[in-house]
Amino acid sequence: MSVTVHEAQARYDCIVIGGGHNGLVCAATLARGGRSVLVLEAGAQVGGAALTREFAAGFRVSAGAHLLHLMPAELLRELKLESHGLEWAARGMPTTALVPGQPTLSLSGGAGGERLSPADEAAYAAYQARMQRFAAALVPVFSRVPPRLGTTGWADRLALLRTALQIRRLGRRDMRELLRIGGMNVYDLLEENFESPALKGALGLDAVLGANFGPRSPGTVLTLLYRLVAESAAGPSGLSQPRGGMGALCNALAMAAGAAGATIRTGVPVAQIRVDNDRACGVLLESGESIDAGSVISSADPKTTFLRLLGPRHLDAGFVRRVNHIRSRGLAAKLHLALNHAPPFSAVSEASLRGRLLMAPSLRHIENAYNHAKYGEYSAAPVMEITVPTMNDPALAPRGQHVLSAIVQYAPYALKEGWQSGRQRFMDVAIDTLEAAAPGLRACIIGAELLTPADIEQEFRISGGHWHHGELAFDQFLMVRPVPGAAQYRTPVGGLFLCGAGCHPGGGVMGIAGRNAAQAVLAGDVKSP
Amino acid sequence: MKHPADLDAIIVGAGHNGLVAACYLARAGLKVLVLERQPYIGGAAVSRRLYQDFTYSNCSYVCSLLRPEIIRTLELPKYGLQVIPYEGGCTMMQGGGHLALYDNHDALRREIARHSKRDAEAYDRYSRDVMRQCKFIKPLLMREPPDPTSFKPRDLMELLYLGKRFHGLGEARMYDTLRFWTMSAADFLDEYFESEIVKAHFAGSSIIGTALGPRSPGTAYVLLHHYMGDIDDTVGAWGFARGGMGAISKALGASFEASGGTIRSAAPVAQILVRRGRASGVALQDGEEIHAPLVISNLDVRRTFLETMDAKDLPDEFLGQVKNFKIRGSSGKLNIALDGLPRFPAIPAGSPCTRGDMHVTDTIEMMERAYDDWKDGRWSRAPYIDMLIPSQIDPTMAPDGKHYMSVFIQYCPYELADGPWNAAKRQAFGDTVINTIAQHSPNFKDLILHAEIRTPWDIENEVGLTEGNIFQGELTMDQLLFNRPIPGYAQYRAPVRGVYMCGSSTHPGGGVMGAPGANAARAVLRDLGRAH
Repeated sequence: MSVTVHEAQARYDCIVIGGGHNGLVCAATLARGGRSVLVLEAGAQVGGAALTREFAAGFRVSAGAHLLHLMPAELLRELKLESHGLEWAARGMPTTALVPGQPTLSLSGGAGGERLSPADEAAYAAYQARMQRFAAALVPVFSRVPPRLGTTGWADRLALLRTALQIRRLGRRDMRELLRIGGMNVYDLLEENFESPALKGALGLDAVLGANFGPRSPGTVLTLLYRLVAESAAGPSGLSQPRGGMGALCNALAMAAGAAGATIRTGVPVAQIRVDNDRACGVLLESGESIDAGSVISSADPKTTFLRLLGPRHLDAGFVRRVNHIRSRGLAAKLHLALNHAPPFSAVSEASLRGRLLMAPSLRHIENAYNHAKYGEYSAAPVMEITVPTMNDPALAPRGQHVLSAIVQYAPYALKEGWQSGRQRFMDVAIDTLEAAAPGLRACIIGAELLTPADIEQEFRISGGHWHHGELAFDQFLMVRPVPGAAQYRTPVGGLFLCGAGCHPGGGVMGIAGRNAAQAVLAGDVKSP
Repeated sequence: MKHPADLDAIIVGAGHNGLVAACYLARAGLKVLVLERQPYIGGAAVSRRLYQDFTYSNCSYVCSLLRPEIIRTLELPKYGLQVIPYEGGCTMMQGGGHLALYDNHDALRREIARHSKRDAEAYDRYSRDVMRQCKFIKPLLMREPPDPTSFKPRDLMELLYLGKRFHGLGEARMYDTLRFWTMSAADFLDEYFESEIVKAHFAGSSIIGTALGPRSPGTAYVLLHHYMGDIDDTVGAWGFARGGMGAISKALGASFEASGGTIRSAAPVAQILVRRGRASGVALQDGEEIHAPLVISNLDVRRTFLETMDAKDLPDEFLGQVKNFKIRGSSGKLNIALDGLPRFPAIPAGSPCTRGDMHVTDTIEMMERAYDDWKDGRWSRAPYIDMLIPSQIDPTMAPDGKHYMSVFIQYCPYELADGPWNAAKRQAFGDTVINTIAQHSPNFKDLILHAEIRTPWDIENEVGLTEGNIFQGELTMDQLLFNRPIPGYAQYRAPVRGVYMCGSSTHPGGGVMGAPGANAARAVLRDLGRAH
């Protein structure tokens, strides 16, 4: 890729730490707002956890997120990503549930699939319509800076009132239902609606992917709604796969930021956020180079930002304690397989193989998989979200060969036996699970990689290896995300902002946090209380 | 049997909430009849003699949450209620050793320091924070939850009241409150303590009666139950009722009768009668009909609407919601007659520790694993138990030199994965519990004279609580406040005019608190234009 590199400058209006998608969206938005912007990325290429890299000779994969479905269409348009080189290998990809030994179940297009009972078929249509209404009503909550509570400012009060009205506008019946299910667990919600274990398993998996929860954990309807709200904001294109993998998205974002005047430097890890007179005034690189800035905006996770880059001495003890208590231990592992052949999933049509495959035969199965993780063990029968990106984008592998990319749960960050020995064993468990649905798969494998949360922490510099930079749960959501006092993208240190997945609304390749943060910076660099 | 002519109200079920509602209505001058299925009153707040001269608090076993304003207004002490405070408590550790519990903050702080100095300091912070939440929630217990979808002045005023109260906390506390009400007990305790035993001790109260584990979000707020009594400055808000829990029901019954009310026991109600869209009375199982314009049900909502009313009298959507109301059996109970006081080697002789509730679960992981068993449809192999020997404090409970032990068990499922409950399974469940205790008390088994083993199935059959759920419905966010029991019907009024709910299925929920009964009575009186 080529990125416009402007001449080095000694001082910028804004320095953005981290060239992940949120950092780049933030930088592009700031540059478009007329600020001089420098993006500092520690890795050799931009992308953060949305990058494409080789994992076996000749095989490339989206090493973090592998599907794009949460980024608002409006943002893609605003940054003109398609004119900056973003192409699609696939859009509107289907979702199919796999249950070994049973026919597959299609979840796309409201079709329901041939295996559903008439009762489930009807319930599924009604459920989808209702959840989409809820999601649409909540979209504005995501796209705004969360209001503070208890202030006398009218802006905050108005924001709260607006949210209340938005929900009120759903009508009495829907509003009551939303207020009821909002705090529920996804297990109960799905049990209320459906009969088919396979359908419930597949729908339940979306609620717990990337979360430290099982389907019976209260708060999993929230995580499900989170996904649906973002998808609603993203528009109708559905699950998408950028040509060249997720890295291509970030390259386009970098081009957009560059075109707007931002400077991007890669391979420059930041050692420290410099503070002068209680204000962030720039950064110190690991190389010893020092760069000044009017504002520093960090897309790193809150723990890294506050505890490592800034240092607790600039913060009060209560705030540091809160940051320490952010729950950010990941449980999702990423499996990459290099295959000499298309994966032999039985009874999966080619069209399904081009989409997303879910392996979560029932809610109980997911819950049991989660049980292990609570005690520091990996799941004996893991659940997965699988894609075969080479079906849509053959260039990711040598001719005729394939890549399988799967999110595998649950793999606790702090595995009791340690990932040193656990990694290979869990990879075997995961491959065995796949083999059950795709007999003969093992024989096709010519290269494999498993990224545990510990590996994700290392490779992507995310403390805890959690893809949301902090659990998505009521106590870490909205005006308390990541912690009170830093939930409006501002921090207790003047001139220092957050713009990563740790902020409202959260992670996933969405970019809303980056854009909201940029707007907060543009609105005025004031100190949060 | 004769009834007072022109009854004003019939109360179905003489549980504590039914009796509290009855008392308030009778005191307001209504002619009230309480109908009870069993030959004795009290529901789950009963004292029974099932073995020789031992008195068992068969179901509920601790007087902790009964609202002091109810005790005062209904003059319960005058009618014989006497609550004796706990003198201690403890959690025993697996490898020996224990954490003693004292009512006195400083004494408990010193005890915690024995396990961790840091935790002792954190304890100050912890009790201050939890107490603050207690003070916030307390006034809400005795109020009718507003309907957030309504534009009626009353609902708007009530929402405004809640908003103002919340706002009054100040910004930082508002965030704390949001978090406290949504976190898991395990996460919340992790923010304060490092010692496993300290965390395990506090976490215990968060799982009692619920189908959730300590790591389930939404369990933290239950931690405040331990503090609920303290803030009223009422000695004995957390203690033993002299004569067992039946003493509460007895006092309520006496107070009710003194106000002119009538109680009829052994009179099971078969159906709530509806005529021309409003309540007209009840039909008993033997066919007798008793008429009154108001029927107030102390039964849980599932029982009230699915079993005691005719489906054609109720809206379909409402019935669907009632079917979705979550009432899950998760607790068991053992009542044991002992030939003497069991020895617990982990506790120093003469320690007041045994004169309160005793536990043997010393890590949160053990509790969570106990919960996993429940999810899989079996009773916990290493259950969380809350064990008390009330006869040490209240000699009326057992003959001289002998003792009564109450053991509450979490978790025990209503439906077992391997088929229905039977006598052999009940015994096996009891043995699991007895063996768990025996691991900490070498002479315990030899002292057992009689044991009453109660599974959720037994509790359902005897007390009438669906699935044996002690709270008449899970206390999760989707079933609290304006969602309890059914969104849109959280104000004690059923969809049929003249039918009300007053059991723990309604706000604020279970525990021998009496607030649902008092709130329901207030709603009835307001509808009659007799609100004070």
